[in-house]
Amino acid sequence: MSIKPLAMRDVFLEKIWQEMSVDFLIFFVSADFGSPVLDKIRRDFPDRFINVGIAEQNLINITAGLAIEGYKVFAYAIAPFITMRCYEQIRVSLALLSEVRPMNVNLIGVGAGYSYVVSGPTHQCYEDITIMRALPNFQVLSPADHITAASLFDGCVANTGLRYLRFDAQVQPILYPLEAPTVSDGFYLYQKGDKVCFISTGFMTHTALKVAEKINKIGFKVGIIDIFDITNFTREGLKKVLESYSAIVSFEEGFRGRGGLDSMLFEFIAESELNLKTLSIGVDPGYSFELGSRNEIHEKVGIGTESAVKKIQPFVQTIMKKS
Amino acid sequence: MTTDQVNNLREKVLWVWRETLAIHRRAPETRLASSLSVIEIFVALYYGGVLKFSASSPLDEERDRCIISKGHGSICMYPILADLGFFAMEELQNVCQTGSFLGGIPDPVIPGYETVNGSLGHGLGVATGIAIALKTKKSDRSVFVVTGDGELHEGANWEAIMFASHHKLDNLHLIVDNNNISMLDYTDSIVSHSNLLERLTSFGWDCVEVNGHDVVAVLNILLEKKNKSRGKPKAIIAKTLKGRGVPGLENESLSHIINPKPELIDELLDRESEL
Repeated sequence: MSIKPLAMRDVFLEKIWQEMSVDFLIFFVSADFGSPVLDKIRRDFPDRFINVGIAEQNLINITAGLAIEGYKVFAYAIAPFITMRCYEQIRVSLALLSEVRPMNVNLIGVGAGYSYVVSGPTHQCYEDITIMRALPNFQVLSPADHITAASLFDGCVANTGLRYLRFDAQVQPILYPLEAPTVSDGFYLYQKGDKVCFISTGFMTHTALKVAEKINKIGFKVGIIDIFDITNFTREGLKKVLESYSAIVSFEEGFRGRGGLDSMLFEFIAESELNLKTLSIGVDPGYSFELGSRNEIHEKVGIGTESAVKKIQPFVQTIMKKS
Repeated sequence: MTTDQVNNLREKVLWVWRETLAIHRRAPETRLASSLSVIEIFVALYYGGVLKFSASSPLDEERDRCIISKGHGSICMYPILADLGFFAMEELQNVCQTGSFLGGIPDPVIPGYETVNGSLGHGLGVATGIAIALKTKKSDRSVFVVTGDGELHEGANWEAIMFASHHKLDNLHLIVDNNNISMLDYTDSIVSHSNLLERLTSFGWDCVEVNGHDVVAVLNILLEKKNKSRGKPKAIIAKTLKGRGVPGLENESLSHIINPKPELIDELLDRESEL
């Protein structure tokens, strides 16, 4: 029986809605951002649903106040707004305050990367992995399909902590039809390969799969790792997997070389004393107002399947020759 | 209120004023002037029976929450919290010293502090979230938040101000230390707050002005507002003087960054002065 792909937020909010009827400590706070499932939450739990209006600073402040009073808070807005409009509120009253006041806060940012294709750079989000992973005490979660997104929910409810969940705004194909990856690992070795391993997050895992297929056609089978926990993945586990490779290629729908997934992996490789060559597939730093489909835009900014293949093919060939 | 109670409060104000000067004398890194305008407000809150608190269990569920948002300008809370038993009085000797938890700006590691206050303009918003939480818990405890007037230039405050009245948060009390001086100038010369009462009233708050250096008047207003529930958040605009009682500091536009000479502080501390 095939499973129908769903929007990450719909599946995640459905779980929140279900849990709210048994866990009276859950609060849902939105900055005037909705979804069909959200209508059920505000209908059924009006005492624990707040729309603060278009006011993300207040969204975070209200969230902090509720959280230090013991509520488990899910705060919900478009990804660039819930991270960047209110970054200092997040830093001061969540990341910093949580050093002394334990809290359970889950910031749900919808609209990773170019998911809001026609809305332009204000609604698109290429900086959030960088800035959110810069904050101590924050876990940055970036699922590639709705199965993974749903699997993250139980940990959010059960554990004290601060989390940023980076959801795609569009429905993505299912990566894990049989079973969700193990949440505590933070990554999943989707495909084993020879010498070169792709490490990708969110939407770009789907691109990495397409690129791997094309690279496979010219005779090279690469490994593919889907990393969905950018901050708290098991470091020993990833190290063990990567020890058998000679090179990695990082894939992110965020700026290349600006502190995002690529930087995190390069730091990890250095710290783990892994001997790996690296290549980064990320958005050429810069803002563009051009319109087009997500794939067309991706090709223009250097992260589409074709442009990635162009960069990766010579890299893979060099690695294979050396070995 | 009996004459004794009034005298006790006034003595406490003078004691806190002197202790604040003494702390600054030992730790000149602290900012003095903005701590001197707010003393009567804190004395009324903590000694006047307004706030319910537990020094031995600072995060006791049955406490009223007091959010001290003034950043630099609340060094005067150190002697108050020590006097009330939140921590040992000897700690006042160590302000800004290595290993002390009492810094130039109070942090939430200090028993009695609820939130992070160094960056201005965060206290009221977080207090608003706490007020919602208390309402949801059906708690009859209140949230008090003390801000400066300069920090009301931060827009996030106004997001909270709109929100609090919409949600009828009558358990939320804002006390503004309206000394009319920010770091570089009089707030009236920067972006004026001269009609703060009208502004807050028009935003749906139950708002009143008081002489912030009349501790009895401040206390009476606080008690009256706390016991009166009218479906509105409440604001008390306390008209105060920055750098109060210190020549060269009082109501000086640059008082925030002026350190009085140690000899002047010694002279003031030696004097049996009255404010």
